[in-house]
Amino acid sequence: MQTATPPVLKDPVVQIRGAFPDAVQDVIEFRGETTVVVDPAHIVEICRFCRDTEGLEFNLFSDMTCVDYYPNDPRFALCYHLYAMFDNRRLRLKVYLAGDEPHIESVTSVYPAVNWQEREAFDLMGIMFDGHPDMRRILMPRDWVGHPLRKDYPLGYETVQFTFNYDEIQRQKPMAQQ
Amino acid sequence: MGIVSSKLGNMGVVTTSLETMVNFGRTGAMWPMLFGLACCAIEMISAESPHYDMSRFGMELMRASPRQSDLMIVAGRVSRKMAPVLRQLYDQMPNPKWVLAMGDCASCSGVFNNYAVVQGVDEIVPVNVYVAGCPPRPEQLIHGIMTLHEKVRGEHMSDWASPRD
Amino acid sequence: MAQIEVDNPVEETWQGTVEDLKGLVSPRALTGETMLLNMGPQHPSTHGVLRLLLELDGETVVNCIPDVGFLHTGIEKNMEAKTYIKALVMTDRMDYLNPMGNNLAYCLAIEKLGEIDVPERAMIARVMLAELTRINSHLVWLGTHSLDLGGMAVMLYAFREREAILDIFELVSGQRMMTSYFRPGGLWRDLPDEFVPTLQAFLNDFPNKLRDYETLLTNNPLWIDRTQGIGVLSPQDAIAMGCSGPTMRGSGVNFDMRKAQPYSCYEEFDFDVPTGEHGDVYDRFLVRVREMYESVRIINQALKRLPKGPFISNNRKYVPPPRAELGTSMEAVIHHFKLWTEGFKLPEGEVYAAVESPRGELGCYLSSDGGTHPHRVHFRTPSFILISALSKLAKGYMLADLVAIIGSTDIVLGDCDR
Repeated sequence: MQTATPPVLKDPVVQIRGAFPDAVQDVIEFRGETTVVVDPAHIVEICRFCRDTEGLEFNLFSDMTCVDYYPNDPRFALCYHLYAMFDNRRLRLKVYLAGDEPHIESVTSVYPAVNWQEREAFDLMGIMFDGHPDMRRILMPRDWVGHPLRKDYPLGYETVQFTFNYDEIQRQKPMAQQ
Repeated sequence: MGIVSSKLGNMGVVTTSLETMVNFGRTGAMWPMLFGLACCAIEMISAESPHYDMSRFGMELMRASPRQSDLMIVAGRVSRKMAPVLRQLYDQMPNPKWVLAMGDCASCSGVFNNYAVVQGVDEIVPVNVYVAGCPPRPEQLIHGIMTLHEKVRGEHMSDWASPRD
Repeated sequence: MAQIEVDNPVEETWQGTVEDLKGLVSPRALTGETMLLNMGPQHPSTHGVLRLLLELDGETVVNCIPDVGFLHTGIEKNMEAKTYIKALVMTDRMDYLNPMGNNLAYCLAIEKLGEIDVPERAMIARVMLAELTRINSHLVWLGTHSLDLGGMAVMLYAFREREAILDIFELVSGQRMMTSYFRPGGLWRDLPDEFVPTLQAFLNDFPNKLRDYETLLTNNPLWIDRTQGIGVLSPQDAIAMGCSGPTMRGSGVNFDMRKAQPYSCYEEFDFDVPTGEHGDVYDRFLVRVREMYESVRIINQALKRLPKGPFISNNRKYVPPPRAELGTSMEAVIHHFKLWTEGFKLPEGEVYAAVESPRGELGCYLSSDGGTHPHRVHFRTPSFILISALSKLAKGYMLADLVAIIGSTDIVLGDCDR
């Protein structure tokens, strides 16, 4: 894995733009981080390109995050954080998904580390990943209805019991008897 | 304890009530069940470690099996997925059994007032003692256990006897 | 929402059949040739509420399917409902063995997004306390790992050492574990005068004690028999599965966030990053023990460099003014008022800040829409990834070895489930 001469570094934005000219929608440089917004249909190829191309070699998959921009459209966004260990560089690939039940292809064939992250995105946000080997709920119970991290899902908190509403809440609160 | 040994001299005989002896036995070696869930579990283990030593109370032995334990110390936040498991473990414990809700999350869900955490473990199992703190210091836990011992000493044998026994 | 029926408790447990697991277990389970065993959420060796569905061929593990979520607390959603400072309190409780590390990741993300400068005294104090937390976490790991494999003495020693560190945390912040001591911009309050002598006394004593504990384990033939050759993880697998931290370093990959992408002036300290060779449980054990010595080295260097000066930033948009200033300055009163009523606002954008937690790379992704509440906070927690790698690590080993493997990955379920 370690070569005698360090590999020639290439600019990931230039490379991705060159290889997938119609898939790149936007490039953002903010606080020293590079974000490349790409088309969801090409995400697997772009990930494979980032991992395998000499000079890019983003081999460590850091994180996949899903964000809900309700009520904007497109509603969901997925951020894939890639890290190149030998070049010590980070890259974020961002994908916007429209609709309330979006589908996107799973990246597990390229980065096995994303397996559980995609399950979490499905469980908490409701994004379906096609081609995922094991699409099941991971953090919530099996029979849970709804996707908790969505913006239109309530927080589910309980009203705090103060002296003025003590009796009212005491009546409704389920207490185990035995 | 109601010892009246002075009347009987040094015969090594003690008179007391049966209830007192039974409760003395129950408090002397109350075995906790290993039910540490989150951060409070680490403070529970600290309470067992030499600095705060819970084995003074006969409680150093934490039984993993609910069938062999008396006290369930719910240490940590109970999520909705864990709640049925908690109830099943409580049901598996034989009588007499006590529950100590350790920490804010077990008593009233603490910092987490949301969809995923059961708002106080007393929604699921009847709790005898609540210990506040996030996480409670080992001394607070020991104070809670001693409060429980006080409570147990005041119990009657008919509390735990049932027609089935 | 799943309703909890108190009358019929048994019905609420997992009702699936073997057919549900068709893709996950081998076909031999469906015919009954191998046994499916539930290593349930309440188990002495799983370091928290982890449920493992094991497919066993006699004693050998054929398949291991982890089931997590028993400690899911909805922290990320709850943080969206609070201001940035109030949400900081919740970060402590995620990875409860590394509370200051979680604080640090969150504070670094806020500071990156808001471009808040941190004074040097605060940065060095952060380094010292983060390394103390690392020693703290490794001591708990050492105690519980050796307890699982039968050596109870080390557990008692490790927790005794931990008391000294918890006393230091209490001195600094008033709380033993969930300190919430790091704030965006620096520290909550200045380090007290007794901090340096107390810490120095601890550091003079600790390496000798650690050497004593090593004599119990490192060259112990029982320990070596139980840990060498178990749970071997190749470097390629480690990188592909996203493992980081001592689990990856045990396989020989020299990668540490503190060296690769230094934060909080780690680049000015001189320390080594221990790595293993074979990638088995024994190598991970050695890596973590050596990391404790390196942490002591870092803290010693930091103590020499600790400057006098401010402990928190002056940026009044984010940091409240000291109380003395409120009597004299009108702007200070206004800043105090705004910060306490609605909290500070971060500019719109998204950042990702990563620190090296004792388990691996702990990252905080923060997305802000310009308001006082975080729009989305996501924590990339190392335990989540490590448990997903557990199914690969455990294949082919015996049930008793599984306990050693789980211990060696040093998972914390609060970190995994958030």
